[in-house]
Amino acid sequence: MKIRYFAWMREHTGVSSEDMRLPDGIETVGQLADYLKHTSEGHSIALRNMKTVRVAINRQYAQLDSTISDSDEVAFFPPVTGG
Amino acid sequence: MGRVIVTEDDFDIGKEMDSLKQSGVGAIASFVGIVRDYAEGPSLIAMTLEHYEGMTEQEISNIIDIACDRWPLADVTVIHRIGRLLPHDNIVFVGTASAHREAAFESAHFIMDYLKTKAPFWKQEETEQGASWVDARETDDTALEKWR
Repeated sequence: MKIRYFAWMREHTGVSSEDMRLPDGIETVGQLADYLKHTSEGHSIALRNMKTVRVAINRQYAQLDSTISDSDEVAFFPPVTGG
Repeated sequence: MGRVIVTEDDFDIGKEMDSLKQSGVGAIASFVGIVRDYAEGPSLIAMTLEHYEGMTEQEISNIIDIACDRWPLADVTVIHRIGRLLPHDNIVFVGTASAHREAAFESAHFIMDYLKTKAPFWKQEETEQGASWVDARETDDTALEKWR
């Protein structure tokens, strides 16, 4: 699967995208975020307050309890500020 | 329906209005967002826009589809710039064409309100004190309430 980060979340994780296998036992976006938090200090900062983080699966808005598979692109990003 | 363009390049407002005129209807409304020359505090040097390629275009198309279900629109153009922009640069263009002025005005307003809360763009302001990400505003969320 592919994980994407944007804006200040990208700056904290230090990567805009990372490829990995969906870890065993992880079924939802929220569980994935909890797993990723432990992969580096930057990830733990980026993902520390999931209430303010927006998520997308395959470029469509999703929820923390949305289920994911190994072929998905999952994105984490702050509330949007375009326009 | 409609045109969605996400680009680093500037746009020509007159040309975009002319293009909407080709739909042959009686009313065209437009909104242009530009980079202001002040930040929250110190003066702004530049603003950099990041986006989620693919999702951005899809979200804007969804917004246009919802607008088309709600108002009788003949054509819609949405252009949003990305990359590093300077004060007074154009950021966004929304143009709507309809036989009725209310539909043109209201749908342009609706598309902008939705774009601001749904389309995955992020602004970073650059001032003499460094760069900082712009926080999302609650007022942008409450702006959606009037369309419910």
